[in-house]
Amino acid sequence: MSGFKSLVARDIRLALREGGAIGTALGFYLIVIAILPLGLGPDLNLLARIAPGVLWVALLLSALLSLDRIFLNDFEDGSLEVMIIGPLPLELIVAAKSIAHWITTGVPLALIAPVLGLLLNLDINAFGVLVLTMLVGTLGVSFIGAIGAALTLGLGRGGLLLSLIILPLYVPILIFGVGSVMAVIVGPSSFTASFMILCAISLAAIVLAPWAAGAALRMKFQ
Amino acid sequence: MMDLGPHAAFIWMSYGVVIGGLAALVLWLIHDGRKQQAVLDDFEARGITRRSAQSGGTE
Amino acid sequence: MLRFANPTWFMNFSARLLPWLVGLTALLFAIGLYMSFFTAPPDYQQGETVRIMFIHVPSAWLAMMCYGLIAVSSIGLLVWRHPLADVSAKAAAPIGAVFTFTALVTGSLWGKPMWGTYWVWDARLTSVLILFFLYLGLIALRNAIDDEVQAGKLSAILALVGTVILPIIKFSVNWWNTLHQPASVMRMGGSTLHSSILYPLLVMAVAFTVLFFALHMKAMRNEILRRRVAALRITQVDEAMTPQAAE
Repeated sequence: MSGFKSLVARDIRLALREGGAIGTALGFYLIVIAILPLGLGPDLNLLARIAPGVLWVALLLSALLSLDRIFLNDFEDGSLEVMIIGPLPLELIVAAKSIAHWITTGVPLALIAPVLGLLLNLDINAFGVLVLTMLVGTLGVSFIGAIGAALTLGLGRGGLLLSLIILPLYVPILIFGVGSVMAVIVGPSSFTASFMILCAISLAAIVLAPWAAGAALRMKFQ
Repeated sequence: MMDLGPHAAFIWMSYGVVIGGLAALVLWLIHDGRKQQAVLDDFEARGITRRSAQSGGTE
Repeated sequence: MLRFANPTWFMNFSARLLPWLVGLTALLFAIGLYMSFFTAPPDYQQGETVRIMFIHVPSAWLAMMCYGLIAVSSIGLLVWRHPLADVSAKAAAPIGAVFTFTALVTGSLWGKPMWGTYWVWDARLTSVLILFFLYLGLIALRNAIDDEVQAGKLSAILALVGTVILPIIKFSVNWWNTLHQPASVMRMGGSTLHSSILYPLLVMAVAFTVLFFALHMKAMRNEILRRRVAALRITQVDEAMTPQAAE
């Protein structure tokens, strides 16, 4: 378990030192949200109504930008191969890297969302729920994303391919993430129901994705 | 021509799309098959043949 | 089971079976098209547009069945390392994508006169659209990887991930749709099917299914030939290199 923790810490340290990746995701998120009202018009009621959906969609796109980072650097400098030979099971390596990705991308994106929500006139009462659902949802985003990152690892032109593979798999997270925020703002459906399902999806991703991504990595290094 | 009511155009377009899509698929498959067979025949004519059935397998 | 694992056996077997499949397809389509245009009466609700259903429903059914076939083939490849499983999965993906596409387009063309719009974010339409993207993803991933063996295995993993997640997508889309626009969406096939509509539909469904198997078999044959060509190219290069190495 200590190997697991130190791997998470190492990945976080590397991401922080690099800095650029987190900055890219956050910057993209900010830009998308900032230009959206310019396209839609300044109608505050309209913006408030679509804010949860827009914030979630932009969050998924921003996270997608940084997904290839989960394995790419370690793949290129060969340290991924060393890790695979090492004592830690491959599934745990994937899990550690996904968690590190969540902490360095998902968490900052979720935390900045309320600020962007202000720009979109999002109901103040929904801020807490928005952050909560995004924290849970981005966990699933990172783990499912790890599958796509592993599958497209080393293919060079991974960007579009990764989006094509992964975005359909994000549909449930998007629907239940937006659903639970919407439930708080407009009702009448239950927040608990959609939030519980969102938790279930993220949990299932945490359990299952390391196996799929691990199998993909194993085949890469055969 | 039979009378298909006010929406005949939609019906014909649907059948057109399906027939067009499937025809393109069939033509592509036939063309692809001929191409591969031609290359194989060419190899055979030059005396390059498969040693065993296994070498033509997937692995 | 081992017998099926042999590509040579498959080539011989399919060479004999394929003409029969093609003939059967032609026959079934002749009957099915005749029934759907001449014997089936216009539906009391949908009018003549019910005739679109005769090609739309089988397309949609095959779009799903084809994904099932890819999933089974993927398990066959990853678990039993069946040599033909990868050929089957690779051959099926473009065919499934075409059927999904025709299902979407015919559904859309049916929707315009019936719903008044080409596209509704109905749960069923949305999940078929996502299925289409999954097919595109499978094809794109395979094309992006040069090594044939690796491409097969990685696509198989993606196909299986898709199998796990498709029911969740379907469920979530259903849930999403009922949440946002209840009751406004008309269900297709809402009226119980009368036999005069049901029989043409069944014949067309069988015709499409047989057509699918004929296409799939042909595509598998092509793929096996392609791999033979690739194997021969390698032997040819080997032979060309040998005398030089001896010098």
